[in-house]
Amino acid sequence: MHAVDGIDLRLELGEIAALLGPNGAGKTTTIDMILGLGAPDTGTVRVLGMQPREAISRGLVAAVLQSGGLLKDITVRETVRLTASLYVTSQPVDEVLDRAGILAIANRLVGSCSGGEQQRLRFAMALLPDPALMALDEPTSGMDVEGRRDFWTAIRQDAEQGRTVLFATHYLEEADAYADRIILLREGRIVADGTAAEVRSLSAGRSVRANLAGADKAALAALPGVRSVELRGDRVLIQTTDSDAVARYLLTATAAHDVEVVTQNLEDAFLALTSDEPGPAAVRTPAGTAA
Amino acid sequence: MNLDRLANRASPPLGGFNLTFLAIEVRRLVRNRRTLLITIVVPVILFELFKVNRKLAAASSSEFGPAFSMVGIAVYGSMLAASAGGARVAIERALGWSRQLRLTPLRPAAYIAIKLVTAMLLGLVSVVVVFVLGANDGVDLPIATWLTIGLLAWLTSLVFAALGLFLGYLLPSENALQVIGPLVGVLSLVGGLFIPLSLMPDLVQQIAPFTPTYGVVEIARFPLVGGSFDVLWLVNVVGWTAAFGVLAALLFRRDTRRT
Repeated sequence: MHAVDGIDLRLELGEIAALLGPNGAGKTTTIDMILGLGAPDTGTVRVLGMQPREAISRGLVAAVLQSGGLLKDITVRETVRLTASLYVTSQPVDEVLDRAGILAIANRLVGSCSGGEQQRLRFAMALLPDPALMALDEPTSGMDVEGRRDFWTAIRQDAEQGRTVLFATHYLEEADAYADRIILLREGRIVADGTAAEVRSLSAGRSVRANLAGADKAALAALPGVRSVELRGDRVLIQTTDSDAVARYLLTATAAHDVEVVTQNLEDAFLALTSDEPGPAAVRTPAGTAA
Repeated sequence: MNLDRLANRASPPLGGFNLTFLAIEVRRLVRNRRTLLITIVVPVILFELFKVNRKLAAASSSEFGPAFSMVGIAVYGSMLAASAGGARVAIERALGWSRQLRLTPLRPAAYIAIKLVTAMLLGLVSVVVVFVLGANDGVDLPIATWLTIGLLAWLTSLVFAALGLFLGYLLPSENALQVIGPLVGVLSLVGGLFIPLSLMPDLVQQIAPFTPTYGVVEIARFPLVGGSFDVLWLVNVVGWTAAFGVLAALLFRRDTRRT
């Protein structure tokens, strides 16, 4: 049994990518390997062309991990100062505290900070080396709604500077709202890889509905991308991966009216792709150079 | 992110060992009541406890005089402080701080070095406290002898900093300190730190040379007692330091492999 089996992952510079999957899908194992905390049995991990440990040592890769504990008997600022002292070059301490939104509590002992504040402290520590790649493992679990929103605002602002961000999550809405790219994992394999829209369309695509008396079921089923056609009286329901083609046909070649195009939500895709049936191939061929 | 800028990034010198880190570690020690208790209060209590003993001894024989007893307690204090300092890795492992540090350029060897240096600093505090008490209590030695004994009592406590690290990687956080107190106490008694070995039962006298406390205290008392230097003392110190050091290193590697 392998937690991760045959993951081929290349990230583009400046990309925000989400590793999405249910518990046990291999998200943490994947991130640990990128950080050199675990080694693959076979195959290699290279980050920016070097060993993970080397990339961390040079401050090129930083991470926010849930399992990483903090010292309770020093202050927030001391924690960041200590971490800064380990890098050859680092961002000013108060600047990263500010960017992580914890400058106001800099003199507080870490032991009396909330879970969300401690998580933002970990984020501040990860900002210190100005890394090219920031890895975050379930960064917002245990935060309340407001804390989660603030946290992602900080990450988003930071990524605008061109940093590559890879985060693991099992919150669909997080992946949908904050990632440019979603990598869906199931049992240690990538079952989908693309934009949120691409991943959505992978499972069942969209459904097109219209009112059409005497619909020609065979003609509709022959359209490109159509998976199923259902007739309910004068109402047609078409599942398709190419909703544009179906809609265009309905509006130009038939008397159909009240045409609706309904997108499957990501949750449908998530459930379809991570359930027991074999998943479809990845939408995107990994290409380009690694971040 | 500009790739040219990335090419210039370097790893830190000395594996990340630096004075800012050390200063914060020292501040943590000062804030911690338990370490202050171990490094200052315990040696002071022991010193007072053995006061009566010393008064009696001073009258009878110079060998068991006040200075002899003082060195024993100084070595004990230094050992207790150093081992407690080393065992602090247990708490940091339990907190997950060790794992957090693995996301930084800090090399494991530099982390161990920081822990050893802070543990030894605690040991030094203990030695100084006991010496001040001794001087106040009438121990009168040439300045060179004070310094030599102090240095020996302190440096040889490296054995116990290594023991502390070993136990810190062996035991869960709370247990480590609970084991160290009694362990160092018993070893000190058997090693002849509190009561001269010649007054102990035969069995203890036979076991004593093999305990990790024996070499340390004999070396520290050598400038005081004089006579011939026994190479076995040195073998004892080096042997036990190596043994604890190797055990700590093995456990440390097991600890970092498990992820």
